[in-house]
Amino acid sequence: MALAAFLLIATIAVAAALGLVLKRNPIHGALFLVVNLGSIAALYLLMGYEFLAFAQVIVYAGAIMVLFVFAIMVLIPGKEETGPDPRRPWRLLAGPLAAVLLLELVVVVAARRAAPAAPPPPPGFPAGLSILFTDFLFPFELTSVLLLAAMVGVLLLARRRA
Amino acid sequence: MIPEAYYLALSAVLFTIGVAGVLVRRNPLVIFMSIELAVNAANLALVAFGQRSGGAEGQALVLFVMAVAAAEVSVGLAIIVVIFRARQRLSIDDLSLLRW
Repeated sequence: MALAAFLLIATIAVAAALGLVLKRNPIHGALFLVVNLGSIAALYLLMGYEFLAFAQVIVYAGAIMVLFVFAIMVLIPGKEETGPDPRRPWRLLAGPLAAVLLLELVVVVAARRAAPAAPPPPPGFPAGLSILFTDFLFPFELTSVLLLAAMVGVLLLARRRA
Repeated sequence: MIPEAYYLALSAVLFTIGVAGVLVRRNPLVIFMSIELAVNAANLALVAFGQRSGGAEGQALVLFVMAVAAAEVSVGLAIIVVIFRARQRLSIDDLSLLRW
């Protein structure tokens, strides 16, 4: 049962990823990416990590994709990929290169040592992720500084110079 | 319980598709979205490995990756908007100013 669900979700994720890469219109690509991020959130749920799944939906499928769609609406791209490709031979090389990368990854995954018997997944936020406030407290605080720095930087970059 | 290797295989496929998107596409926005796809594939692998220890370290790391990705996307999109304002075009092939 869980395996069937995994295979279904994985198929949707791969199809949506292919749609992002192959579809010409960036807004279609953005919607495909939302589907892909949602299916990964479903995989997190399948593993029993509810908090991660909701964070994925809120942060990625919510905040980040809204930003992308805004950017697409503001810039109205789409004309870039019409007309002759000035670097066509190089782009044709991308397929074989990606195939080599996939081969490498599969070899690495296949060659790794088998996992020890997996213990049951830890519970959600209250017990498991409280390490965010103990062991990982410093990176956690650092993250807030990073987000603040990013916000100030974006304001500076996007400001219209009068 | 689904074996860890399945998650890793899916993660490898998604990562490869993301890299292929970066290599093939000409629109910087789509290239950026492909990068997000690859980051997500890495997240999935991180969570799958985190299942091994039984602790929550994997989940915590993925949360940090999400925060970094959010910061990265906002700054990157701002840079793309600035480039578009300056050049009125958005093809990645025009942006060779920093090339050696």
